[in-house]
Amino acid sequence: MSCGCEEKESALEKLTRLEPEKTARLTAFIDKLPLGNNVVSNRAHLIVTLHQAQNIFGYLPNEIQQVIADRLKLSRSEIYGVITFYSYFTDKPIGRFKISICCGTACFVKGASKIVEQFCRELSIKEGETTPDGRFFLGILRCVGACSLAPVVMVNERIYGNVTPEMVSKIIADCKD
Amino acid sequence: MMIKTPSDLNAIQAKINAGTPDKTQILVSLGTCGIAAGGSPVAAAFRKNITEQGLDNEYEVIDVGCMGLCFCEPSIELKNADGKSMIYGHVTCEQVPAILAAGLEKSAEGASLVKRSWYYPEDEENTENALQARIALRNTGRINPEHIEDYLARDGYQALAKVLTTLKPDEVSRQLLDAGLRGRGGAGFPTGKKWQFAAAQPKGQKYIICNADEGDPGAFMDRAVLEGDPHSVLEAMAIGGYAIGADTGLIYIRAEYPLAIKRLQIAIDQASDAGLLGNNILGSDFTFRIELKYGAGAFVCGEETALIHSIEGKRGEPTFKPPFPAVKGLWGKPTIVNNVETLANVAAIFRKGAAWFKTIGTATSPGTKVFALAGKIKNVGLVEVPMGIKLRDIIFTLGGGIFADRKFKAVQTGGPSGGCITTKDLDTPIDYESLKALGSMMGSGGMIVMDEDTCMVNIARFFLEFTVDESCGKCTPCRIGNRRLYEILTKICEGKGTPEMLTQLRELGQVIKDTALCGLGQTSPNPVLSTLNNFADEYEAHIFEHRCPAGVCTALLNYTITEKCVGCGMCAKNCPVSCITGSPKTRHHIDQSKCIKCGACMQRCKFGAIEKK
Repeated sequence: MSCGCEEKESALEKLTRLEPEKTARLTAFIDKLPLGNNVVSNRAHLIVTLHQAQNIFGYLPNEIQQVIADRLKLSRSEIYGVITFYSYFTDKPIGRFKISICCGTACFVKGASKIVEQFCRELSIKEGETTPDGRFFLGILRCVGACSLAPVVMVNERIYGNVTPEMVSKIIADCKD
Repeated sequence: MMIKTPSDLNAIQAKINAGTPDKTQILVSLGTCGIAAGGSPVAAAFRKNITEQGLDNEYEVIDVGCMGLCFCEPSIELKNADGKSMIYGHVTCEQVPAILAAGLEKSAEGASLVKRSWYYPEDEENTENALQARIALRNTGRINPEHIEDYLARDGYQALAKVLTTLKPDEVSRQLLDAGLRGRGGAGFPTGKKWQFAAAQPKGQKYIICNADEGDPGAFMDRAVLEGDPHSVLEAMAIGGYAIGADTGLIYIRAEYPLAIKRLQIAIDQASDAGLLGNNILGSDFTFRIELKYGAGAFVCGEETALIHSIEGKRGEPTFKPPFPAVKGLWGKPTIVNNVETLANVAAIFRKGAAWFKTIGTATSPGTKVFALAGKIKNVGLVEVPMGIKLRDIIFTLGGGIFADRKFKAVQTGGPSGGCITTKDLDTPIDYESLKALGSMMGSGGMIVMDEDTCMVNIARFFLEFTVDESCGKCTPCRIGNRRLYEILTKICEGKGTPEMLTQLRELGQVIKDTALCGLGQTSPNPVLSTLNNFADEYEAHIFEHRCPAGVCTALLNYTITEKCVGCGMCAKNCPVSCITGSPKTRHHIDQSKCIKCGACMQRCKFGAIEKK
């Protein structure tokens, strides 16, 4: 079993050992929440805590889920249920360059699927995956609301508009560490 | 600045307006799309040029929200106190000196003027027969959303003051019901009636929630309001809180809208600092606070019971109604959920009265609706039009017609829950009822225009893919039924369709509509059913002739090289799978068994020698 109960080191200890600074930021955030023994009122702070944790760590691995579960007095299974329900949360690490292709209706009508295919070909990964070197994550999102620039590709915060399959290799080349 | 009484509010408004110098204002549209298109450097260039040329007494640059002119961002508006106005689109930093030199006297050389296609019913007469009437978007694109003073200058919080000093809570709901305002999130339920239900519940803890989880792909009007005029939403929530007896308001907003979140938080802080939110607002005994709650990417959370579960920290799954949230909602307390655009209309109704509101729009659907025009249309952007306008006016006049002058095929309203409307219905006056009769719905107001190059089977499949992705999985018809619909559509697109599939799609679609738990499932077959009704021939072409008339479904396409080929080898060089062969200066050939149908060869061929069929 890998539920963690048998191990000597608690999730918080492990997280602190691996990522001391980030863990401190997360626990400082949780410390400020008005938590108590009432599970119903604790639960109201779950989603905002997950947002915060993902902002800090980039993703939500088991240890983080366990730390949050302990502090909010919720079960791990419930937290996992919430993480998998909402598309914004991920329990897998993502690449340093998060390439998001908008597949909202406007972008779809203007040929977003060809852009997705081209990225998959050039990076040799599927949608939702990260390249083995950890550089690129390829994802699809639903409408960034920049429909006039359709089809739109976002790389981290940068927006590329009116993207054509020919532009794909240039967008990838733009990503420099 | 502390505003303790209605007379304080009047005094502060008068002071702000008196202190406004008589300068020409340069409004720079800086919503998400304006910023993405490069609006910020343009605003900076104006400021720099004004300072360098010593024009500080003549011009003032104001960062505003979205003007709705997404197709020509960065866009700016020059206006003066007399109401004279000029709008420029596609503004570049290089044009700035010319625009400043020309001012409002003449159009600047080299810059492109855009005709204003709207009027503001609250502030002016429609002298130029404008098609758009902006009520919900009255301040969006005209004020700095991060300055509460700008909102106060334009009668901000006066509606709240009027309500608190002259109306009893039940009169507030009744006036709203009289005005006939209906939910702009799509279903069209009378907002006043909703408020009455919650008001009728016993006194105690109640909540009012603003649904800002705009998840409908292709709709972005709520974001425009939140980014451009956040105080109008806060004021309306306070009015609603007073009407139903709630002291807490919550705004449930998409985490994907960082700019809207930032501006809302600034607005909440400013309103709280000014005493317009908090204890004993404007000297009354009414207390009201507003908090932000973040969504996390789940389309179903637009459904009110699912949204409430999400705020409670649970998976956003809907529950059966009744009990309605107005009776038993957040934490089991009476709760009202209103959409952003609905709320953006409320203050105007109380400023000008129910009778005024009813002069706009149709008898059953008074007021206006904001539509987000996108897809294969020239003028992508936001339009706010009176209910009862014809689709033709929206698409061909306001929207400027079809992109690249192709032929109009259909328009999808209501997003993944709606249906498509074709040429024959372009002259139907649109309101909640007429769209429903056409097999579509108002929805949140996304309007995706499609031309002859769009395959309707493929578009139905796209919407189903979305629904399958976003189905919460709680009820069987939606979880399994939609997946089966999606699989059938995929087979048809791949040329593996059979004639019985046409009946299967109809029967299954109807069953899902009748039996799904919430609005998402009940409306999800609409795109399939409406394309089946309007474009049966396209489905038949896919099934019987293995042909995609629009040339979209790749499995049904073949790329061939015609005798026009001169043998330049450009296609072979660019083929990613090296399936094109031929010796130099002779006609080349595509190996169909290896071709992945990417179309790269066709794009590169300079001689038009490659055909797709």
